[in-house]
Amino acid sequence: MKALKVMKPAKAERRASTPSRSKSAFWELRLYVAGQTPRSLTAFANLTQICEDHLKGRYRIQVVDLIVQPKLSRGDQILAIPTLVRRLPEPVRKIIGDLSDTERVLVGLDLRPPPAA
Amino acid sequence: MTAHRARTAAKNGALPARRLPKCPTGIQGLDEITGGGLPRGRPTLLCGNPGCGKTLLAAEFLVRGAVTFGEPGVLMCFEETGAELAANVASLGFDLPGLVRRKKILIDHVRVERSEIQETGEYDLEGLFVRLNHAIDSIGAKRVVLDTIEGLFAALPNESILRAELRRLFRWLKDKGVTTIITAERGRDQLTRKGLEEYVSDCVILLDHRVHERIATRHLRVVKYRGSLHGTNEYPFLIGDEGLSVLPITSLALDHPVSNERISSGIARLDTMLDGRGFYRGSSILLTGTPGTGKTSVAAGFVQAAARRGDRALFFAFEESPSQILRNMRSIGMSLAPPVQSGVLRFHAARPTLYGLEMHLATMFKEIAAFRPDVVVVDPINSLLAAGSESETRAMVTRLIDSLKAQQITSLFTSLTIDGGPLQQSEIIISSLMDTWLLLQNIEGDGERNRGLYVLKSRGMAHSNQIREFLISSRGIDLVDAYVGPGGMLVGAARAAQTAREKAAAVASQQEALRVRRTLERKHSAVERQIATLLADYEAEEQEAASVHGNGSREKR
Repeated sequence: MKALKVMKPAKAERRASTPSRSKSAFWELRLYVAGQTPRSLTAFANLTQICEDHLKGRYRIQVVDLIVQPKLSRGDQILAIPTLVRRLPEPVRKIIGDLSDTERVLVGLDLRPPPAA
Repeated sequence: MTAHRARTAAKNGALPARRLPKCPTGIQGLDEITGGGLPRGRPTLLCGNPGCGKTLLAAEFLVRGAVTFGEPGVLMCFEETGAELAANVASLGFDLPGLVRRKKILIDHVRVERSEIQETGEYDLEGLFVRLNHAIDSIGAKRVVLDTIEGLFAALPNESILRAELRRLFRWLKDKGVTTIITAERGRDQLTRKGLEEYVSDCVILLDHRVHERIATRHLRVVKYRGSLHGTNEYPFLIGDEGLSVLPITSLALDHPVSNERISSGIARLDTMLDGRGFYRGSSILLTGTPGTGKTSVAAGFVQAAARRGDRALFFAFEESPSQILRNMRSIGMSLAPPVQSGVLRFHAARPTLYGLEMHLATMFKEIAAFRPDVVVVDPINSLLAAGSESETRAMVTRLIDSLKAQQITSLFTSLTIDGGPLQQSEIIISSLMDTWLLLQNIEGDGERNRGLYVLKSRGMAHSNQIREFLISSRGIDLVDAYVGPGGMLVGAARAAQTAREKAAAVASQQEALRVRRTLERKHSAVERQIATLLADYEAEEQEAASVHGNGSREKR
């Protein structure tokens, strides 16, 4: 958590959440799981892969197992498992599911503009 | 009623071994309808439209559980925050923050924003399970409320996953052994908007808030209760200052204690009519009468007598203000101000149209609980009867009378009837609940109007069957025997005239008797005088005869 303070982005950066500007930001990610279920492991694998491909060296993943730390579910309002919380850059975003839909994960992480609707 | 009793008997006696364990809610009346409470360790679905009291009922279930039954509870709310909820239930006198501090209740506000959530593949709601499990275990909760779980449908896009997870959640709650209330919004064609009733199959309670003739009343109905008998009717319920109160007529246990003590009606002659000793303490008295027959005066006499005995009296006035009653009663020689000042008599005045029947009754219950009266007067009860539909008012008035009887409070209800008309339906409805029924009526004739009073019924005593004339004067109320003669019943001036005629006739006959006696006396003395004369004549003749006889015998010698 201490690292989080150090890495807090400047206000200008915070506003700038367009994919082009975010290249310089740091991704603070937290993956909530409940035990070592196949789905959790898939999610973790998918996440690591995506981060390696798109955010190499600019990310940190913290895995929270709610079976071990059930209290933490309240803080981030976790209901679905697995949930990936993008704590930085702000605003906070939540991505639920096993992260198998790479395109949507990238949108959720602000690494890709949302598909034209 | 008979059917219900039979059902109750079956519930109490026939099948004790198979009875489902129940979890008492502590909510007045609800436990009676459900035969002891909600199914213990199972989920109950509570559905209803917005504003019908779902959250309050659920919150009361938790609070009563924590305070009365020593069962801590978890409240997981999806719509209101803990602070909002605490503020809402504080109006019912529930100290939610205090209970939270003492770890009797845990409030968990689940906030989900759809805009924050991106869905990427398979997931489940294990997070919610972990969270709920942690909340339950941290305070050893026995009760759980999920208020309104449908909030999840708005937050999570994938409905099929959600439905599967909810099914799993209810199963899990059952396995966990916690008694759960799940609230849900009423749907258009089904009980709940999202069809949750198909997952919760143990107990479904439906709340409803309807406006009937401009008066809104809340209703509660147990739609389904697997494995248990329950009251199937729709019951009105109140949200009062001390929580919810369901008013089932079937809560009438008819086992209240009775007293043999008698109390004065405040009119000596009326007491005489009632077996010589007045009303039974704790009985209910109905006083019906046409306008201007003196109902309020009789009621005032009753409370005055109560105050003199030292009984506490509570007077619910629905048509006159207390000061007007005081003034009017002063004009007939009744001074009610001193007992009001000394605190043994209390007036509670309200316009009947001010609120619905449920609210009136809730207020009355509250007043009664606060003042703890020995005697209660409701003047008049028509106002209340008009404030709701017939079956409702009957149920509620029954409940009121039942509650008064259970507390051994003598109650007097006045009721206005239309002159000459048949008894109103409302009177017939409530009269069967009454122990004593006094009827005041106008008796017209000879160009004047007089008041008559008779005892139509009085349970448990040999009461008079005669009509008495009822007089209100500046010296108070009095009853006089009505004159019953060959020409019918005479009251008022006719009675006075008849009495005068009788008096004159009596005087005349007395004088006649005197005259006859004098004549007789005169005759007697005349006879005596004649007897004396005759005797004197006889004696004279005898003497003469004796002298004649003497001379004759001397001549023979």
